Amino acid sequence: MVSILNVISLWILPLIILTILTVGLIKKVPIYEVFTEGAKDGFKVSINIIPYLVAIIVSISMLRASGFIEYIGTMFGGLFEALKVPIEVLPIMIVRSLSGSAALGVFSDIAHNLGPDSYATKLAAVMVGSSETTFYVLAVYFGSVGIKKFRYALVTGLLADFIGIVAAIFVCHFLV
Amino acid sequence: MNYIFYGLILISIVFGAITGKLSDVVNAILSGAELSVKVAFSLIGIMAFWLGIMKIAQECGLVKILAKLLTPITKILFKDIKSDNEAIGDIAMNFTANALGLSNAATPIGIKAMQELQEVNKDKTSASDAMCMFLAMNTAGFQIVPATVIAVLVSVGYKNPTDIILPVLIVTTIAFVSAIIIALIFKKLWRVQ
Repeated sequence: MVSILNVISLWILPLIILTILTVGLIKKVPIYEVFTEGAKDGFKVSINIIPYLVAIIVSISMLRASGFIEYIGTMFGGLFEALKVPIEVLPIMIVRSLSGSAALGVFSDIAHNLGPDSYATKLAAVMVGSSETTFYVLAVYFGSVGIKKFRYALVTGLLADFIGIVAAIFVCHFLV
Repeated sequence: MNYIFYGLILISIVFGAITGKLSDVVNAILSGAELSVKVAFSLIGIMAFWLGIMKIAQECGLVKILAKLLTPITKILFKDIKSDNEAIGDIAMNFTANALGLSNAATPIGIKAMQELQEVNKDKTSASDAMCMFLAMNTAGFQIVPATVIAVLVSVGYKNPTDIILPVLIVTTIAFVSAIIIALIFKKLWRVQ
């Protein structure tokens, strides 16, 4: 079962790339030039997030060094252990709806400190990869048209985020 | 975010002082700052490749084709909006661009969709049901390939970073469908006063 799923995972990326390049060629798009044009944005995007990454990775590193995360771990450890969730991913659950770069920062910190083989890294990857910053999305879109009363938009977003976290825990427990 | 940032640093310093790990906390500033730049640099290559491929998808009209295929579903979800309203097509485009990880392209289209929804909105300061549905779809963050997460996994030497694509796809689908269902339920419960 798991190996079939890994095969699907493996094939998604090559198939997307091949499809896009093929359609591009058929439609007579200068794929090489367009590719390099788009790739320039990759540089900009990566450099632009440095300030946010510094803010989050530094403060999370400090928090870890102070022993606070372990302390919280001993307080809530029972609950997290029962759910088979490593305590390290707790900051991701909190920060995920607030800031995408913060979630990415915490995830990078986990991945670098606990290594590629740890379950925490995998679970964090799935949690971060499947999320969108609810508060940011609402601020940008409602702000753009001057909506003041969000009605149930925020509750809906946060409930869906919560379901996403629970789903990530379950899916990782069975698949990863 | 202001309070979270302040809180994290305050707790770290106070807690570090209590536990006698203050020197570790100070060192963490330096190592954390270094790690941030390392992470950003390790993102450049993969992000450049992915955004390059996606630019082709945009230029060759693939994004538009996918959006057209999704339009019938959009019409069902946005029954309140007349089907000839441009918003329907823009919502489908916004969703497709987001799904492909083209957030830079998705945001302007999404804002255009919001403006079109605002035109048919009765109370201009309060979100309409259609807006709540549209943003529910957006906040759930449906994405086919989580490029940045894969880039970080590559940078720490993860063997098969594509392993996480399917789990992420399953989770993001669950969250997305839940968001739509929750928005539909609230639409019934949360009447305009």
